[in-house]
Amino acid sequence: MALLEIQNLNRRFGGLQAVNNVSFIVEQGMIKAVIGPNGAGKTTLFNLIAGNLPANSGTIHFNSKRINGLKPYQIAQGGLSRTYQNIKLFHGMTALENVMVGRHIRSRAGFMAGMLNLPWTWPEERKIREKAMEYLDLLGVADCADTEISNLSFGQQRGVEFARALATEPTLLLLDEPAAGLNIYETVEIGRLISKIRESGITILLVEHDMSLVMDISDEIVVLSFGEKIAEDLPHNIQQNEEVIRIYLGDEG
Amino acid sequence: MDLLKRYIPVLFLLALVVIIQLVTQFTETTYYLTQLTMSAYYSVVVIGLCVLMGYGGQISLGHAGFFAIGGYLAGALTTHNLLPFKEQGLVVFLDKLGLLIAGKDLYGGDLLTVEPWAACITAVLTAGIIGLAIGGPVLKLKGHYLAMATLGFGIIIYRIALASGYFGEADGVSEVPGFKLLPGIEVSGSFGARTLNYYIAWGMVIFGVILLLNLIHSRVGRALRSIHGAEEAANAMGINTARYKLYIFVLSAVFAAFAGVFMTHYNGGIGPSEAGIMKSVRYVAIVAVGGMANLWGALIMGIVLNFLSLRGVFGSYDDAVFGVILIIIMLFAPEGILKINPWQKIKSLFTLFMAQKNEESAEN
Repeated sequence: MALLEIQNLNRRFGGLQAVNNVSFIVEQGMIKAVIGPNGAGKTTLFNLIAGNLPANSGTIHFNSKRINGLKPYQIAQGGLSRTYQNIKLFHGMTALENVMVGRHIRSRAGFMAGMLNLPWTWPEERKIREKAMEYLDLLGVADCADTEISNLSFGQQRGVEFARALATEPTLLLLDEPAAGLNIYETVEIGRLISKIRESGITILLVEHDMSLVMDISDEIVVLSFGEKIAEDLPHNIQQNEEVIRIYLGDEG
Repeated sequence: MDLLKRYIPVLFLLALVVIIQLVTQFTETTYYLTQLTMSAYYSVVVIGLCVLMGYGGQISLGHAGFFAIGGYLAGALTTHNLLPFKEQGLVVFLDKLGLLIAGKDLYGGDLLTVEPWAACITAVLTAGIIGLAIGGPVLKLKGHYLAMATLGFGIIIYRIALASGYFGEADGVSEVPGFKLLPGIEVSGSFGARTLNYYIAWGMVIFGVILLLNLIHSRVGRALRSIHGAEEAANAMGINTARYKLYIFVLSAVFAAFAGVFMTHYNGGIGPSEAGIMKSVRYVAIVAVGGMANLWGALIMGIVLNFLSLRGVFGSYDDAVFGVILIIIMLFAPEGILKINPWQKIKSLFTLFMAQKNEESAEN
C-alpha cells in the first residue's frame, strides 16, 4: 500500500523551479532515499511534504488523505514526523523536556487542567515522562536527560532530535540528512538505527548525501537534479545508471 | 517529589510575606504595607507578562492597556450612578438579576451602581475578549512587528481613557467603592484595612504564581516553551502554535485585568497614567531584568522595582530609570540579572560539597 503518494508536484521560487513535476510513491514499511546534488530541491521537497511550504501545483496524499494545504501541525497529528538538516531542538529546555514535547499529540491535558494541576493529569504526565525516557534510552542519550540542550554535543543533539521525532509515534518519518556532521562510525551507527526504526514498523523517507549510507539501507532511491526526478530505482541499479553517474561526476567523469 | 520542588519556593514566599508584615507591625512602619500592596498588584501583571514573554516567546508593549481595561471598567461600573436610568429595560433587567446595589454617595445622595463582583467579572471578561480579538491577528506577527502592533493597542486604550467622558477623561475615575470579596473581607484603601489588603494582594500573587508554575510544568506549558525554542519544530510536533500563543496572550491579559480591578478598588480610583505607554514599557523592563524565562526573577524584580518606584526613590526620573534599566539589561544581561533558581543553587552547592567530602574520604 502506498503510504505517501506524490503527484506532479511543483514549487517555484521566483524564476527558479525548485521542484519540477515530481511524482513518486513511498510504500508502507520501506526506506526510501532522495538523493541529488546540492540545490536539487530535496529540502524543498521535504518542506512541501511536511506542510512548511505550499506547493504551486500537484498533490500529496498521506495515508490516502490529501495533505497539501494542511498546516504542519495537522500533518504531524496525522502521523508524520521529521528531523532537520540543521537540528532544530527547543532551546532553554532539557533533553528530556524536548522529547516530552514529542508526546504532545499522544496526550491530552489542556490549558485549565495544566494550570490547576488536576489530579487526573498526573498519571498522564508520569506516562509522558516514562515514554520520553524510553526514547532517550533507545537513542543512547538517556544520560543527558536533564541537560539543557545547548550544552550537548552535536551527536547527542542529533540523538535527542531522533528521540523527539520517534516519541510522536509516527507512521512516516522524514529524515533530512541524518548523517550530516557525523563521523564515519557515527554514520554506521545511525544507519543501523534507521534500519531498526523501520523494523519497528515505521516507514522512512530520507534525504542524504552520504552515498554509502544510502546504498546500504535504502530499498529504493529517487534521484533529483535541478528539481526534476531523473531516476527512481533499486540502489544497485542507481549505482549503474549513467545519467546519475553523469550528474554526480560531471560529463568527463 | 517534583511537586514538592515546585511548591517549596512558594512556601518561602508565603513565609516572607508574613514575616515582612510582622516586622512592619513591630517596627511601626506599617505605612510600607501600602506600597507593598500596590507592588503586589503590579507584580501580578508582571508574572503574567513573564509567562507570555519568557515562556511563550511573544512580546507585548500594551499590557498596561489590559490593566486599564480591568481597572477602568470595574471603577466606572461600580461608581457611575444608574438611578437616572432606573426605568430603562437593561437597568431593570440587571436589577432583577441582583447585579445592582444601592448606596450613598459622599453627600448622602442615593446611588445605584453595579455590584463589584459583577463589575469585576465584566471587566476581566471584556479584557479577555479584547485580548482574544487583538491577539488573533496580531500574534501572526513576530519580533518588532509584534512589539509595534501591541504598542499601537496600548496607545488606543490610553487615548480612549483620556478622551472618554465615561472614564473621566484626564481625571480618571475616582470615589470607587471597596470590593467586598466575602463578608468582612473588603478590597479598599481604608486605613483600618491596610494589613488585610496586604494579605489579599499577596494572596492573589501567590495564587497567580501557583497557577503559572503549574502551567509551565504541564503539557501545555512545554508546548509554549517549545514555541519559544523553535516554532517551526514545535509545529512539526503537532502543536497548534497559533492557538497556544493566543491562549497565553489572553491569559496574561486576564492577569493584568484582575490586577487592574483590585488595584482600582484598593486605590479608590484609576487615572489615565495607568494605561500609559511608560507603564507598559515598565512591565517589559521588569520582566527583562528578572530574566525573561524566570518567573521568580520577574516576581522579585517586580516587587523590588515597583516598591522603590512607589516610595519615590527614583524621584521625577521614575520613567527614565525604567528606560535606562531596559537598555542596560538588553546590552549587558539579556538573560536578566537574577538568573537564579534557588533550588538548583542549593542543589549544586550540595553536590559540590558532597564531591569534596568524597574526595577527602578517598584521600584518607
